Amino acid sequence: MATNGIAIPVPRALSLGYYARIFRKETQYEFVRMLRTRAFSLSVVGFPVMFYLLFGSSNRHNMFARYLMPSYSCMGVVSACLFGIGMGIALERAQGWLDLKQASPMPRFAYLTAKTISCAAFALVIVAILVALGVTIGGVTLTAGEALKLAGVVLAGSLPFTAMGLLVALLVPPNAGPGVINLIYLPMSFASGFWMPVDYLPHWLQVITPALPTYHLAQLALHIFGYAQPGSMLIHWEALAGFTLLMLGAAWIIFTRSEAKA
Amino acid sequence: MSATAVVTEAGTRAWPVPLSQSRTVAKLHSVTKRYGQTTALDDFSLELRAGEVVALLGPNGAGKTTAVRLLLGLISAKQGSVRVLGRDPRDADARTRIGAMLQVSRVPEMLRVREHIDLFRSYYPDPLPVAEVIRIARLEGIAEQMFGKLSGGQKQRVLFGLALCGNPDLIFLDEPTVGMDIESRRALWDQIRSLSAAGKTVLLTTHYLEEADMLANRIVVINKGRLLCEGTPAEIKHRVSGRRIRCITQLDAEFLATLPSVVDVQQDREAVVILAEQPEKVVREMLLRDETLHGLEVSAAALEDAFLALTSEPGQAKA
Repeated sequence: MATNGIAIPVPRALSLGYYARIFRKETQYEFVRMLRTRAFSLSVVGFPVMFYLLFGSSNRHNMFARYLMPSYSCMGVVSACLFGIGMGIALERAQGWLDLKQASPMPRFAYLTAKTISCAAFALVIVAILVALGVTIGGVTLTAGEALKLAGVVLAGSLPFTAMGLLVALLVPPNAGPGVINLIYLPMSFASGFWMPVDYLPHWLQVITPALPTYHLAQLALHIFGYAQPGSMLIHWEALAGFTLLMLGAAWIIFTRSEAKA
Repeated sequence: MSATAVVTEAGTRAWPVPLSQSRTVAKLHSVTKRYGQTTALDDFSLELRAGEVVALLGPNGAGKTTAVRLLLGLISAKQGSVRVLGRDPRDADARTRIGAMLQVSRVPEMLRVREHIDLFRSYYPDPLPVAEVIRIARLEGIAEQMFGKLSGGQKQRVLFGLALCGNPDLIFLDEPTVGMDIESRRALWDQIRSLSAAGKTVLLTTHYLEEADMLANRIVVINKGRLLCEGTPAEIKHRVSGRRIRCITQLDAEFLATLPSVVDVQQDREAVVILAEQPEKVVREMLLRDETLHGLEVSAAALEDAFLALTSEPGQAKA
């Protein structure tokens, strides 16, 4: 055994510890990078927080302060994933950075996982800030259980929107990225009850709302606080799961096609 | 050992390459690679043997980067085969012993140099220590800086450092000195020489003949995806024995190109620069046809001219 250490390097099976280290470092530096990139961190965390400061405090002690807490949390996770994953990968791909990483032995899965975990971490930060603001400025009362459930729904919500971000990264040219993502994300968040309950929306909009993944995520988050529309929550979980598979499937097809062409 | 040498000698009698007994570490075998209508590589073969520094020399769009990307397994070719360290380059096992410096337009800017190194080291099972990478790539003093704050030359040095993180046996450097000033370029040349001295195999692409001449044991000249010629730097330079004629004339370039032994015609501001095997014949003809001709100079072809001649008229240059 001891002689192996001195012998000429022979290709050896890579250990679990080696992979664990890659995943840890990749995630750590991805999160640090996102945090330091102010254009990302300030807008993704800043917008829901700023809007909550505006609309939450002006609706202190009434239903809206309580309603906007989960709905803006959903907005946070959706924007973190679409901008973090969608823009992040599209840019790194266009700039050749992804090529350099792919030429290294780093598994692709580590790259995707690191980005997903980092975006989910951002979403959790947003939830924590919104809950803190809700309790203080908004005068909301909530139990620890409700807060944890909200965090859980938001974490689960990071998966479908990571998948959507991946598809966006593959489809949208990087310089058009921010515009296209805003064009997808802003109308979707408005039509899904992130800003006001779906019942308040124009009737024609309410018709298309159930087709939006953001609507299903919002319903799950609002359900915790008793603001969901009547009906079973199972259908919303199913819708999100189906949406995730659809996005991943489409991304997979496009990716393998571009690989075959390369 | 001796048995192998005998076999090699017998098998390659008509193959006077001194390094032929060395092990092949990477190989492109008659690869054709197309992107839609354009052919990036056309029946191109390249072999890298252990311990040599090979320069892939050619103008922009010659197919140099495509060759490197194939060897790194970033793209694949429908025709021909690619083997690196005896494996498919897409194999992660092969990648643990390879380092690459690619043309990256932007690197994540909000990570410090040391953090980038730390991250890339984690990708390899037997990485070099951080201090060693910093020393070899001359990153002392900028290790704690954000990547985005660095100058162009410093950024190239970091990318060079990242290529070395895994202590690779085989290193690909795609246009490593692009955008560098003379001083940093010379420093990087020294570093590449020291890699070679440490027994690493290096493939570098460049469009500077001078750079290839300074660094490589072997130069492979490529244009429009095809191999033009290969040999030692001295052999490549001797390919063109022509001379360079510079003058101001009213004769047009198309006509000049038809004169005997003319290899290349280039416009240089108000003057025309002609590369020809027999300059006397060309000059006589020009003087006869253009009385206004002035500012005549005839000189030995510079390295860059030799290279231009090789790439612009492959038929003549090969002959």
